[in-house]
Amino acid sequence: MTDTVSQQESTSTSTAEGELLHLAVRVAGAARSGEELEVYVSRGVETDVRAYEGEVESLSSAASAGVGIRVVVGGRQGFAYAGTLEESVIRQTLADARDNASFATADEHVGLADPDGVPPASLDLWDEEVLRTPSAAKVEMALELERRARSADPRVRQVAFADYGDMAAEAAVATSRGITATARRTVSSVAVEAIVGEDTDSQTGVGFSAARGPGDVDLDKAVADAVERSTRMLGATKARSGRCAVVLDPRVTSTLLAVVSSALSGEAVTKGRSFFADRIGEEVAVPSLVLVDDPTDPRSFGASTHDAEGLACRRNVLIENGVLRGFVFDTTSGRRAGVASTASAVRGGYATTPVAGCRALLLAPGGLGAAEILSDVGEALFVQSITGVHSGVNPVSGDFSVGAEGLMVRGGVLAEPVREVTIASTLQRMLQAVLHIGSDVEWLPGVAAGQTVAIDGMALSGS
Amino acid sequence: MSDAGSATGLLVETPVIERVLGKALQRGGEFAEVFVEDRHSTSAVLDDGRVEELSSGRDRGAGVRVVVGETTGYAHTADLSERGLLAAAEAAAAVARQGGGGRVVALERRDAVKRNEVTQLPEDVAKARKIELLVQADEAARAGGNAISQVSASYGDGRRRIQVANSDGLLVGDDQVRTRFSVSCVAVGDTGMQTGYESSAFTVGFELFDTVDVQEIAATAARRALVKLTARPAPSGEVPLILESGSGGILFHEACGHGLEADHIAKDASVYVGQVGEQVASPLVTLVDDGTIGPEWGSFAVDDEGNSAQRNVLIDKGVLTDYMWDYLRGRKEHRGSSGNGRRQNYRHLPMVRMTNTFLLNGDAEPDEILAQTPTGVYVAKLGGGQVNTTTGDFVFGTVEAYLIEDGRITEPLRDANLIGNGPEVLRRIDAVANDFAMGPGTCGKDGQSVPVGCGQPTLRITGVTIGGTAGD
Repeated sequence: MTDTVSQQESTSTSTAEGELLHLAVRVAGAARSGEELEVYVSRGVETDVRAYEGEVESLSSAASAGVGIRVVVGGRQGFAYAGTLEESVIRQTLADARDNASFATADEHVGLADPDGVPPASLDLWDEEVLRTPSAAKVEMALELERRARSADPRVRQVAFADYGDMAAEAAVATSRGITATARRTVSSVAVEAIVGEDTDSQTGVGFSAARGPGDVDLDKAVADAVERSTRMLGATKARSGRCAVVLDPRVTSTLLAVVSSALSGEAVTKGRSFFADRIGEEVAVPSLVLVDDPTDPRSFGASTHDAEGLACRRNVLIENGVLRGFVFDTTSGRRAGVASTASAVRGGYATTPVAGCRALLLAPGGLGAAEILSDVGEALFVQSITGVHSGVNPVSGDFSVGAEGLMVRGGVLAEPVREVTIASTLQRMLQAVLHIGSDVEWLPGVAAGQTVAIDGMALSGS
Repeated sequence: MSDAGSATGLLVETPVIERVLGKALQRGGEFAEVFVEDRHSTSAVLDDGRVEELSSGRDRGAGVRVVVGETTGYAHTADLSERGLLAAAEAAAAVARQGGGGRVVALERRDAVKRNEVTQLPEDVAKARKIELLVQADEAARAGGNAISQVSASYGDGRRRIQVANSDGLLVGDDQVRTRFSVSCVAVGDTGMQTGYESSAFTVGFELFDTVDVQEIAATAARRALVKLTARPAPSGEVPLILESGSGGILFHEACGHGLEADHIAKDASVYVGQVGEQVASPLVTLVDDGTIGPEWGSFAVDDEGNSAQRNVLIDKGVLTDYMWDYLRGRKEHRGSSGNGRRQNYRHLPMVRMTNTFLLNGDAEPDEILAQTPTGVYVAKLGGGQVNTTTGDFVFGTVEAYLIEDGRITEPLRDANLIGNGPEVLRRIDAVANDFAMGPGTCGKDGQSVPVGCGQPTLRITGVTIGGTAGD
């Protein structure tokens, strides 16, 4: 994918966005006296293609739209949503949200965002090619992806999936407090899983490539990733239990940062559900660790001009030189903490209410690349993938225990493959035991970028 | 859009569906299907001592599927008018390039066999009563002691009406009502914070609360958090493991359930390929997937391809008897679906999914199994899990576990993941008790979530790797 930043003005809304905003403003205009009203409308189109054995296994194309309405009256919040933009349904949805509000407990902190005058960053997150490219060309990309994966290595026995997918999504939010905002983005990606075998041994590896548009998707990178990750696991065995350093693949780092981010959410912090609560100003990590959430960085897949409450997104420093500096807040959690929103409201679409969360985390890169980190650490477990993140990482207690596979690092280079082991510690201890943060930043779909990270003193459980 | 068809109990009238199927087949499709869904849901959350939010939503739409050879075309729409449905049919049919063809479909309506009667539709229950349950749960959890620092209680109900019609002439509908309640707690002590969670969820209406006590759910969640305040780190390495009845049906869901789904089998992406008739587990293991069990969380009358729910024996006394099938995978093997074709909603294609998957009773007494286990780990509750079907390696997390010493349960352990290999772990089951119980779960596959049930009696595994940090 390209790192070029286009200077196209994103506030010059397209016609479609204008329509959405117009609709949101009109519905929000129905607010009664003493009532705050927020209307979020979204619309999107997507295409998904799966290739299998030289044929199109499935081709799905779809357009969807929906509305989510929040009503706040006297500190009581009600919410309702519908998967359509039909007028009659929107009216009913508003009535439902009003009715729902009457059952909530009054809370002085609950309310909608106040416009804060921060101008939105100029971001171009839209590639018209997602809409312009005919289905046939997208189908051909999936077929070509599968062909290349099957012929990439004689050990590729099967390609479990070879997918092309894209989406173009637009959203608008308007409130009775004067917020009007639009955001839009496209994503285009391919993903492939190779199953490789030697004798009775089978291993799998997933590779992918994502970009704003189909022209920047890299099929060869996805295939090479899938093949490398699967073939190097052939012959993997269980390692012996013991204590060791781990070197995390960029994808693993990205996954772990996403978990850490839930402990940095103002929602978790103000409700006593974070191990970071009450620790502002304390050294929570090694001095070299700097963690920033910056949705105004267009290279991030989480980049956005506005947050889910319609405030302009901004750069928030969370950990600076190992010291906990701040959290991310939406309006309500901010009020609860006595601070302003950091414009960090996120939402999972029209069917859920906004909540504080990170979008675009990045660890400040260190000086060494992946190979140099391996060489410096010498003896370790290189972790290529982890499993059981949801069941094994607890952002409240910080307890950490996940399944892992990867390769042993011996004498500073990758050695024999290892599977069916776990690595364990606590998130608190891991942040204090970071040995290296790689210079190899990789922008990945999700809320965090990835890079190679080495951590000392993990408990490895195997045989 | 009008409520067309509501007088007949159908979401879309039969002649309209027939025309849509005709359109779907006009370019030479071999099979076409229209799936219509209308879903209403309500959820309410009490957190931090306050009823934070009552939310209600509705989603309705239809998906049209066209199959030509090995290729499936799919399109969905939220517009249930004939015009909207025809447009979706046209888009789905675009995968068929032969042109011509087309045929007339005559639908014959079939009645779904209802598995249980909903006596109290949640939509008929006053919202205030739902809120009252949350307040009761909050009070009950906080009664657990001052160490309980945070309580979140959640209520949810959903009514999902579906209608499936296909070019084989099938026309069938289902009305699925589900109700759930859950509580999660945080406890604070000298060692930091710990969490506890408990839930109850069934394919029933509001009558759920005639038999389920929300205060008990809350007390269990609080107890789980409190117990872990004094917990020591879990061991590291391979240990004998006892799973308490109903605590860990997810073991089978992950260790073999996913690996027995015919879509993984067809792509050689399962360790169970070619194993039918083979001994794949200890003779103590008889595993069933059964979508017909009245109120369980993974039950339904018909699946999302219109096939009736079935009881399927997957492993009989350790011998693999069959896989699970949906329409497409069955068609390829010239056999029928096993009633396992499910989808999250109308925006998705159906695929092979489990329903309620469980291990049948053995004849051991649970107390005896424990007494005959000198050392090991006793799991009272498992959390989620994950599996790689190709290698069979899977993980699942403990949320309530204890050390076993001298055949007795002793100290509580902090949360940890367990890791194992499906076929290996199934062979290592050396004791199965007679105290079967089930629980609800949400199963994610390929980006789609569906409700499932999991169950097992108390059982012992001779060795499984636990990923603790003991030794620090």
